[in-house]
Amino acid sequence: MWIFRFVGLRLLQAIPVLLGITLVAFLAIHLVPGDPVRIMLQGRASDAAVAEINARLGLDQPLLVQYGRFVGRAVTGDLGTSIIQRAPVSKIVTERLIPSSFLLAYATLLSVLLAVPLAVWAAARRDRFADHVIRIAGTVSFAMPSFWIGLILILGFGLTLKWFPIAGFGQGFWGHVRHLFLPALTIALFLAPLLIQSLRAAMLDAMTAEHVEVARAKGLGERRILFKYVLRAALIPVVTILAVNIGWMVSGSVIVEAVFSVAGLGMLLVHAVSTRDYPVIQGLTLVFALMVIGVNLLADVACALIDRRTRNA
Amino acid sequence: MSPAADAGALLRVEALEIAFRVRGGDVLATRGVSFEVRQGETLGLVGESGSGKSVLCRALLRLLPSPPAQIRGGRVLFDGVDLLALPEARMREIRGTDIAMVFQNPMTSLSPVWPIGDQVTEGLRIHRGLSKSAARDRGVELLRAIGIPDAARRYDDHPSQWSGGMLQRAVIAMAMACGPRLLLADEPTTALDVTIQEQILALLADLQAKNGMAMVLVSHDIGVVAETCDRIAVMYAGTLVETGPAAEVLGNPRHPYTLGLMRSSPRMDEHATRLQPIPGQPPDLARPAPGCPFVERCTFARDACRHESVRLREVAPGHASACLFPESVV
Repeated sequence: MWIFRFVGLRLLQAIPVLLGITLVAFLAIHLVPGDPVRIMLQGRASDAAVAEINARLGLDQPLLVQYGRFVGRAVTGDLGTSIIQRAPVSKIVTERLIPSSFLLAYATLLSVLLAVPLAVWAAARRDRFADHVIRIAGTVSFAMPSFWIGLILILGFGLTLKWFPIAGFGQGFWGHVRHLFLPALTIALFLAPLLIQSLRAAMLDAMTAEHVEVARAKGLGERRILFKYVLRAALIPVVTILAVNIGWMVSGSVIVEAVFSVAGLGMLLVHAVSTRDYPVIQGLTLVFALMVIGVNLLADVACALIDRRTRNA
Repeated sequence: MSPAADAGALLRVEALEIAFRVRGGDVLATRGVSFEVRQGETLGLVGESGSGKSVLCRALLRLLPSPPAQIRGGRVLFDGVDLLALPEARMREIRGTDIAMVFQNPMTSLSPVWPIGDQVTEGLRIHRGLSKSAARDRGVELLRAIGIPDAARRYDDHPSQWSGGMLQRAVIAMAMACGPRLLLADEPTTALDVTIQEQILALLADLQAKNGMAMVLVSHDIGVVAETCDRIAVMYAGTLVETGPAAEVLGNPRHPYTLGLMRSSPRMDEHATRLQPIPGQPPDLARPAPGCPFVERCTFARDACRHESVRLREVAPGHASACLFPESVV
């Protein structure tokens, strides 16, 4: 099966990428001023106490030694212990990972469900009324900041209509679906316009391909041509754009998480950075990198399923 | 062919006028084009790039996007029915069943994302309602008939796995799938190597003989047309300038443009003589001038050619020329 070889190769390629990302993140964090031990002890500690805790945590070692230790432990699943929360980083991160990935997948699904039909409609009705309406609505929705859209949705669907809860993660699968609907929609209202615009453009481009005219000469109907020939050919650039944006959203959803009080990775990251909680930052960097690599891997697999010419790339 | 030929024309095009609406005015792609194709015969449509051959072919199947294309007048009678007057749904049934088309570039004629076999048999499934497995059986037969070795295994290949020559065979198989009575072949060999060209032309001639279908073979290469066609129509600047039986037109051309085309194309069976290009450029179709459209490039032009209007007139039985002075063409 081609897919095993394909995925295996991509995973091998991911190893140096992961090492690079974590090394850069590791060095960058330590260049930022601020001492976690002093923050933890809230400025009341003596220099001797600080030095002792630094030694206990291994923070007095050279950076490369610290990095080496981190990598050595990370491959066994041990991401160290949070300096501030005094709990294993892997446990803290895993707790936050579930709501965040749920939100991300949910938002992606909503974006695609919104974007594909609207883009097909806009492309089929090029330069007609529907096309203009979709484009203008998309621009407006894209231009509005997420925190503001989030607040409007909370006001409208949450407080006035009371259709959806306005905060938290909920219990069980359907609880998550209900609780995360508004945050997912907030992200989708930002993401969908991007997808609509690129899919519409890719479809208009695909419509001029010669094989579309050949299909028409075979006597196929416009609907069949649109879905079977045009849409499929136009999906690849859109999948790539989607993957880039989801990758960005992995850490960029912090505003939405804050507005809807979802205890996700974004919130954790902000907190960890402000307290210089190195092990947590380091662990989060690794998790974000893994997620981005995973999303891109999925996108590559999707492209390979859509067009087999990309399988050898 | 005689009984069929006596039964009259399969396709009769009458005074077809196609315009393209572009910024700054209209471009007349064809003006008053009339010709006919009889059952089982091959008509060669020759002319240089931009003369309107491809536009004409697409107009016959109503494939031109409108806007910007506009059919200004004329009729396209297929079996006595005016295709231009048919509703789109009825026209769709004719495309691919009664009239099929083969395009210039086989590399882009098939969708890169679907298996070749499924595309070849798609017409059968849509128009004839064949089941997936029946279509597959028939598709393998079709691929085998056009000379694809190991057709059953290669049915699921994708276009990127085949060469241009093989793809053009597949495109031809796709066009033949529903047994069309008329095949429009728009420069089917132009994108291929010379050696492959011969094979494709032979394949087309063979299929035509077996199925008794008529064919319009569009080419800018008068050599290709000379080999394969019963009759020839020479197109220049959106008009037909000479029509007639192939041997007659090529042996005794009665329009200076036909002569120019012959002199500018190499022939393998003769000693190399210097090729003579036709001087100048075709006229601007957005600003048609009175008189003969070829006048600026014609070595025989006289004063009358500049203002007298020209039209096809018979110069011998079945042989017509749009030249005002057909006798002076030598």
